[in-house]
Amino acid sequence: MNKSATNRRSFIKKMAMMSAMTAASSMFPGILFANEQEKGIPEDANLDWKKGPCRFCGVGCGILVGTENGKAVAVKGDPNSSVNKGLLCVKGYHQIMCIQSKDRLTHALVKKNGSYVRTPINDALDLVASKMKETITNHGKDSVAMYTSGQSTIPEGYIASKLMKGAIGTNNLDCNARLCMASAVTGFLTSFGADEPMGCYEDIDHADYFVTWGNNMAEMHPVLFSRMLEQKALRGAKIIDFATRTTRSSTASDRSILFEPQTDLAVANAICYEIIKNGWVNRSFVEKHCSFSKGLTDMGYGLEDHYEFTDKPQKIDFEAYKEFLKDYSPELVAKYSKVSVRDIKYLASIYGDPNIKVVSYWCMGMNQHTRGTWINNLVYNIHLLTGKISQPGNGPFSLTGQPSACGTAREVGTFTHKLPHGVVTNQEDREMAARIWKVPVENIPSKPTYHATEMFRAVDRGDIKFIWVQATNPLVSLPKTSRYRPGMEKESCFVVVSDVFPTPTSDVADVILPASWHIEKGGLYGNSERRTQYWDKMVEGPGETTPDAWMFIEVAKRMGYGDLFPYSKENHVEEIFNEYRQFHEGAKHGMAPLEVLKKESGVIWPYVNGKSTQWRFNAKYDPACSNGEDFHFYGKPDGKAVIWQRPFEEAPEKPDQEYPFWLNTGRVIEHWHTGSMTRRIPVLHQAMPNAYVEFHPDDAKTLGIRNGENIKITSRRGSCNLPASINERGLPTKGQIFVPFFDENMLINDVTLDAFCPISKEPDYKKCAVKVEKA
Amino acid sequence: MPIKSYLALSISGRKEELMTALRNLHQCEVVPAKNQDVLALVTDTPNEKEDDILKEKIEALDSLKLLSLVSGFDTPHN
Repeated sequence: MNKSATNRRSFIKKMAMMSAMTAASSMFPGILFANEQEKGIPEDANLDWKKGPCRFCGVGCGILVGTENGKAVAVKGDPNSSVNKGLLCVKGYHQIMCIQSKDRLTHALVKKNGSYVRTPINDALDLVASKMKETITNHGKDSVAMYTSGQSTIPEGYIASKLMKGAIGTNNLDCNARLCMASAVTGFLTSFGADEPMGCYEDIDHADYFVTWGNNMAEMHPVLFSRMLEQKALRGAKIIDFATRTTRSSTASDRSILFEPQTDLAVANAICYEIIKNGWVNRSFVEKHCSFSKGLTDMGYGLEDHYEFTDKPQKIDFEAYKEFLKDYSPELVAKYSKVSVRDIKYLASIYGDPNIKVVSYWCMGMNQHTRGTWINNLVYNIHLLTGKISQPGNGPFSLTGQPSACGTAREVGTFTHKLPHGVVTNQEDREMAARIWKVPVENIPSKPTYHATEMFRAVDRGDIKFIWVQATNPLVSLPKTSRYRPGMEKESCFVVVSDVFPTPTSDVADVILPASWHIEKGGLYGNSERRTQYWDKMVEGPGETTPDAWMFIEVAKRMGYGDLFPYSKENHVEEIFNEYRQFHEGAKHGMAPLEVLKKESGVIWPYVNGKSTQWRFNAKYDPACSNGEDFHFYGKPDGKAVIWQRPFEEAPEKPDQEYPFWLNTGRVIEHWHTGSMTRRIPVLHQAMPNAYVEFHPDDAKTLGIRNGENIKITSRRGSCNLPASINERGLPTKGQIFVPFFDENMLINDVTLDAFCPISKEPDYKKCAVKVEKA
Repeated sequence: MPIKSYLALSISGRKEELMTALRNLHQCEVVPAKNQDVLALVTDTPNEKEDDILKEKIEALDSLKLLSLVSGFDTPHN
């Protein structure tokens, strides 16, 4: 009994320490506590430390997990990882605590007569395979779909793609990275013809200025932000926060500049106007390495079912582009962006000074945008006009939200239009996939089908009759869940959910499959800086939990595709990766071999002749450059990056008399996305137990709203009740409210709008019109 | 049997001194932030009276700028 009391007291002390650290991380942007976990480890503990990536955001911090007697008991930052250099954020330190959650899914559950019945995993997989086959037989192969995740490992994404596109022969595969990274992808592809950032995190050590575009890095990418703060302290580097809301990042920055939602498009053009007007264009760079194009405008917003859009790029010249920018003088843009002429000129002067190195960072603010592809293009324009790109400390850099949004969703290609190399519309890419997958090329359809939003619309319409949702929680994370939840509840669609914990999405499933958590299986993730990270299985999962890739393989075998999936249970991760690696052979995307990945704390691709390429398109660093010049944008046939003429266009829904507030949604440092993991970590849950609605104090005063008062937020789609928060975590501008989306008990996405960027098909969670009233 | 956690801010440049002083108080566990003048502090005392005495001692430290209570737990002793 004494031992138990001691353990309990020790546990409470540990909780108390974690509470303090969690509070610190929300009060002091970028604060880090190194070696904390080691202090709690008894001296006589004989821990086996195994390396891997963190389970949470796209920064891709290296972790070391201490195991003892088959249990994970501690986490610390991997000092050998150049990403985090031994540091971790508050979520990273506490991550393993969630796997001990009492409501962990440990066995398959099958819904029978309205109740879930515990079922042997093999029986559940039999049922999934037979339902999938039966649906295809009765309704055709495009009646089945799979919705996966930026949290899926590389082998899981690869097997999902091979099963759906190669074996079954449908492009009904999309993933939740559509909700967070698709605009970055289309931005990269339209400007450079090659996805993912040209630079790497080492840029932080070289840049003089960091301009963050609609990006609260102090809470969302805290380890990178702490590296920026370190450079601020060491070298006097400056951080400029350009956003629609004052956050922890704003207060830690050298300057905070606020803009009216959607007008980032206009401000970016105004910066380019100033760069040209003041003669700050790097003429030789632009002449040698850039071309100019414009695309279609007034594209719509995808609000209607079956919406389709294909851009029609047209070449223009520098003079035409300069003429276009005349509508974007700082004086004109200041009138509607609410950014002063002085601040626009200040931003332009930072980018325009040839002696200043600048990195631009962004994440959801620019990507979750009805003109997401355009705003990505426009920030690239700034870097291209000034030649500040693909060099240490100079470059545009889109950050990712999920641990393998790059590695799995983008590189393996778990989007409807993608293949592991290239796109389904390209004959050569289909032929390559068919050859490596050993399937007839005719199996792979040449036309993309449903992107995420349209996929759930198709479920609601009854067009999709079977869907398998893996490692994601769309009924919390999709926009306009007020439509898609009832859609998923319809009898017309058989729903399979594989996950680690029960979620509002698994609540509507016909079959729930118990998935292994990441350290309970081997795998690979790919982070924001093109770094591939391998880890071995570290501990056994409980009950009949099974790696997702193995569940896909088992279902494929049951459906009669066994010869295409000849992997062994013990070594399937290695076997799959070695097969997948063939897709990227060569200097442009070559991936490190497994023996290197096993040894190193992640390796950046392209990996050529035993060396990572840190800065792509720059001949000094990138062996794929072959034009004999300093730079070579080899993703485009002419070797030139594209400067795009993209106008400012209004958001689809703006505040009006009936719905007078902008609604902006996002995240908080304590919780990761829909909270299914972090809300099961007691210290994080206690630190931030529920969502809230932030008001500007003037708006709160006008409405007579007090802190903590229950408020009803209503849009044209739905409503949500939350407590008011005034002058606490963040400060929205007047006329705007902010709500974090992690709380499944306060579903703000019942309120949001399912408008999306017509090019990337990524929804905009940052702007819709709402009214507020006391509940 | 209180267990309490605090954030302790040191006077600029005196974090090490504050950490040493707190560790010398025996009933304190301290984890310093790597990149800020902030310490996460947990106190473990047998009763409220000793908890008050300890808090007075902490607040009297020269190198302390601010002490902010984060959480408090009451638990039976072993």
